[in-house]
Amino acid sequence: MSEPMIRATGLVKRYKEVEALAGLDLAVPEGKVLALLGPNGAGKTTAVRCLTTLLKPDAGTATVAGIDVLADPAAAKSKIGLSGQYAAVDEHLTAYENLVMIGRLYHLGRARARARAQELLERFDLTEFASRPTKTYSGGQRRRLDLAGALVAAPPVIVLDEPTTGLDPRSRQLMWDVIRELVGEGATLLLTTQYLEEADVLADDIVVIDHGREIAHGTADELKAQTGGQRIEVVLTSTVDAETASRILNEVAVGEVKVNGGGRELAAAVGEDAAGDLLRVLQGFERDAVKVLDVGLRRPTLDDVFLSLTGHDSTDESAEAQQ
Amino acid sequence: MSTMAQALNDGWVVAQRNLIKIIRVPEILVFVLVSPIMFVLLFAYVFGGAIETPGVNYREWLIAGIFGQTIVFGATFTGAGLAEDMQKGIIDRFRSLPMSNSAVLVGRTASDVVYNVLSLIIMALTGLIVGWRINEGALKALAGFALLLVFGYAISWVMAWVGLMVPSVEVINNASFIVIMPLTFISNAFVPTESFNKVLKPFVEWNPVSAVTQASRDLFGNTGVGPGSDAWSMQNPVAYTLIWVVLIIAVFAPLSVRQYRLTTSK
Repeated sequence: MSEPMIRATGLVKRYKEVEALAGLDLAVPEGKVLALLGPNGAGKTTAVRCLTTLLKPDAGTATVAGIDVLADPAAAKSKIGLSGQYAAVDEHLTAYENLVMIGRLYHLGRARARARAQELLERFDLTEFASRPTKTYSGGQRRRLDLAGALVAAPPVIVLDEPTTGLDPRSRQLMWDVIRELVGEGATLLLTTQYLEEADVLADDIVVIDHGREIAHGTADELKAQTGGQRIEVVLTSTVDAETASRILNEVAVGEVKVNGGGRELAAAVGEDAAGDLLRVLQGFERDAVKVLDVGLRRPTLDDVFLSLTGHDSTDESAEAQQ
Repeated sequence: MSTMAQALNDGWVVAQRNLIKIIRVPEILVFVLVSPIMFVLLFAYVFGGAIETPGVNYREWLIAGIFGQTIVFGATFTGAGLAEDMQKGIIDRFRSLPMSNSAVLVGRTASDVVYNVLSLIIMALTGLIVGWRINEGALKALAGFALLLVFGYAISWVMAWVGLMVPSVEVINNASFIVIMPLTFISNAFVPTESFNKVLKPFVEWNPVSAVTQASRDLFGNTGVGPGSDAWSMQNPVAYTLIWVVLIIAVFAPLSVRQYRLTTSK
């Protein structure tokens, strides 16, 4: 196998007492998509910044397209298109002016920078607003422009830091379409996300990180298998029925039934036939007169992955550590 | 492209970006232009009668001082602009581009020269209305304006450094006020050197703001017949100003670029 387009080995970064990265290894083969999945403060952004030369790791090495990012940051930068969590566009400039400026700072030359800007505006569906200052844009439009900015020099490696965080569902869908297109064209992509669903849709390979280290690695299916696929969640009207409900859930559950909320909230991981299991549970509830406030089928989320991998919730960890 | 040519190209691209903002946010320009007019009018008419400048009308004598003061104050814009940039998303884009490390600073200090040109024009026009005159010919007057701009450019680098150190835009305005107020008021900008007491007088004589004021005042021909000062700095104000310009840029340009690199790689 040829050398991966992105490779990080043993990345360590400390902020005073917090270890943002604790020896992270990553490898993305050419033309593949790797998702770095983790909650706030897991070290995703720190990892991205180390890989894109914005941050100097305390230990470890990183190469992008065969270039050592520590030894030759300028050369590495010309191979990477980075689109960050906060749209890095100038709010007083129009979309066109932003892209031309970026092109000229990539030293494309004035004429090529202009042509490229026009091309990207069309591609990203931004021509309509192209002559308005970007501060009038919606969050989704800004993100698209930012991604367009990352692509000005047609870099072989694209790094996206939480490309859809904070976007409404429609903008998210648009963003996904754009990212899929890029992958179709053969770009090598590293993206960070807090959403398992997003990683599932976009990535070939997922690395789950927590406290700056890898806690799981695999395809979306492999990770889901570890978390037990979908789950049935039940909220009871009263704790009186807890025992009965638990018994009924147990009949379909993969693994044990989790009980929360003082005995009123129950959850059970289920197998392939999730819908059938749900039906059976509801029939059981009907038969034994179990009163429920809410019953539902839920896909595994990052939280579930976390719960099953680490035993703790992804949200109860200090989110401040990231900055 | 050589490193130097690339740094200039990148700086110019950033400067163009800053200049677009002048057009898009005209309110900034209004403030840039209104405050010097206010200073001309305040000093000319409020203090004008109380300050003696033998051989020349105080209002005529004063204008070079207002020029000097405004140019120094104008540098605050450099610091504020940079402090703002550092908080905005665009800086992340700049950081991720293979551009020169100095470009954001070179571009900012360059575009602020345009602000200074505009405010000098406005002040000169206001000055002409209240009685300021150019008495030494157009060439010398242009030299006077050029010296003011060069001095302002140097001070911009000091403020660039400060702007990169402060946590927010609000801080820079207050911080620069503390430095700039004494620097401009304990100078010959508003009051002749000879009227300061023994303790302050040496400071006034060697204050670079006095030098740039004295130099342009001489070049415009507004000095009058006052006793003046024997200090070398006041006898050779152009040379003394240029020494400061070179020193300031030599120290603060590298300091600022270093600070930019440190701040951008947290």
